[in-house]
Amino acid sequence: MELFQNLALGFGIALTLTTLSLAIIGCILGTIIGALPGLGPSNGVAILIPLAFTLELDATQALVLMTSVYYGAMYGGRISSILLNIPGDEPAMMTTLDGYPMAKKGRAGDALVLSGVSSFVGAFLATIGLMLLAPILARVAFYFGPAEYFALYLLAFCTLGGIGSENQAKSAIAVCLGLGISMIGVDNSTGMTRFTGGNLHLYDGVDFLVAIVGLFAVTEIFVFIESRGKDSAIGVKLGKISIPFKDIIATRWTMLRATIVGFIAGVLPGAGASLGSFLAYMSEKSLAKEKKFFGTGDIRGVAAPEAGNNAAAGGALVPMLTLGVPGSGTTAVLLALLMTLNITPGPLLFNERPEVVWGLIATLLIANFVLLILNVPLVKIFTKILQVPASFLLPGVAMVSFVGIYSLSGSYFDLLLMIGFGVLGFTLRKLKIPAVPVILGILLGGHMEVSLRRAMVLSNGDWTYLFNSYISVGLWIAAFIGFVAPIFLRSYLKKPTPIG
Amino acid sequence: MSDRIFGSILTMVALTLFVSATKLESPFFADPLGPKNFPFIVSGAALICSLTMIIKPDKDPSWPDIKTLIKLFTALIVLILYAFSLKTFGFLLPTALASAALSYLIQPSIFKSSATGIILSLSLFVIFRFGLGLSLFPFPRFLIG
Repeated sequence: MELFQNLALGFGIALTLTTLSLAIIGCILGTIIGALPGLGPSNGVAILIPLAFTLELDATQALVLMTSVYYGAMYGGRISSILLNIPGDEPAMMTTLDGYPMAKKGRAGDALVLSGVSSFVGAFLATIGLMLLAPILARVAFYFGPAEYFALYLLAFCTLGGIGSENQAKSAIAVCLGLGISMIGVDNSTGMTRFTGGNLHLYDGVDFLVAIVGLFAVTEIFVFIESRGKDSAIGVKLGKISIPFKDIIATRWTMLRATIVGFIAGVLPGAGASLGSFLAYMSEKSLAKEKKFFGTGDIRGVAAPEAGNNAAAGGALVPMLTLGVPGSGTTAVLLALLMTLNITPGPLLFNERPEVVWGLIATLLIANFVLLILNVPLVKIFTKILQVPASFLLPGVAMVSFVGIYSLSGSYFDLLLMIGFGVLGFTLRKLKIPAVPVILGILLGGHMEVSLRRAMVLSNGDWTYLFNSYISVGLWIAAFIGFVAPIFLRSYLKKPTPIG
Repeated sequence: MSDRIFGSILTMVALTLFVSATKLESPFFADPLGPKNFPFIVSGAALICSLTMIIKPDKDPSWPDIKTLIKLFTALIVLILYAFSLKTFGFLLPTALASAALSYLIQPSIFKSSATGIILSLSLFVIFRFGLGLSLFPFPRFLIG
């Protein structure tokens, strides 16, 4: 009953003209961002956040706009995977495996529609999952004290490092980099400055938006210059678009299974959409009786990863909203948005600001239908976007990033810092050190330290307090397993390489 | 080799973090953990990881050749100059020049990159100034007073 009341509150907010138009604008922008190769959801949301502030939106509206961009980008990522064999973003990588071969067989339109429908199934069911699971998790989170939160942050860092990268030490170093950066500035408990080198600009600490835009958008500029837009490959021609009802019905169970797998992968803190699409594809392949068609344009290979990654995108919102721990790179960026808006995600958010949570959930339910329309009957318009040359797109991204950050602070120091993060991001990418843990470290470092210090205050410096409850012991064990297990599982979890 | 170099740099960073944390003085009213201990933990973890990178490096990545490195460096200079010039020279001119330069670095065609510069500069100005209401100056301040 409470659920329906909350939903009624949510739809009351979602069905206002402003919120609805923001959701539609967000969906369109998101699909464009997702479709453009190299400009993934994290990038897109990161460069748009500073601009969203200039619109002077309230918290719910800003969150609705940005989450619609996020959902849109997850839908749009498949377009270039299928037509160009280049994933529009990382989670769409698995869609290239069967999407592109299917397009080469002359069924590009069918592949786009089928993947659009499975994106809808994944995202819509995941939003319902979010609606049902988030309030329960928020209630559990009420039992969390500082010791439990400390263990939870540790779990997020360990799982992110564990599955997300090929080398444990490298992900851990990325986390340490982020945590180190988060310590710069005035220490809130004592009022002392730490690691500022006497630079006044750093007294407030490093603004996480500066770090995020630098590490995502500016890095992308360097990467593109290095590849000199080679990626703008000649794509497959898109014929007439019709709805392949037979394929959709044939893959209905695939979509459902992939949604469940993807949603669970998304809810795990630190795992995210890439893992969702990967696990969905692999589990579908292992279940299939005839495996040989996978990789040659199998419809199940198109439906599974798309349902999986969109379900994971919805799932990743669960830990972000209820615990303040993002499940993926993009939700980390969304967390940065919330923190800048002075909203602390966590169990209290559900009690104190129900309009934010339920307004968002209701809008996402509607946004999915908007995205279905944009991505099935109107998909042809978005395929035209792939023709924008990189030599026009990338300078545009650079300028938008600069103006966005400049409009926030008006300081050239932040711009220089952003460029510095861009160079760091490029170096990290070359060395295969993931950038998302750095961002998560910067975002959560302060909270993690505060939790630890509070725990120590409560226990008067007794470290065993960190293992004082079943929840925290469970989280410590999960963190340990999350960090160590992938070392042994890596050989089983090898990613198939795309063809062509 | 790259991993070893980067690992060494990070070792130095971790040690610097550790040493500067020791120099932090805990005020007498500080909490049991104080401002020092979290940095100690992080620098310790960073030290272990960077030493692991040195001892067990991955295969070297393919670094860009000299020609590409020069291009990347030019892009870096362009971005830094743009950051400095935005306040002094207004929006239009620096944006047109910077985006034309970046565009040229991706696809070396004078005509296309000039067109990119002009179109981006004008259209972004219209969007930012009139769409989003940002207070951007179109021209250098000393010209418009």
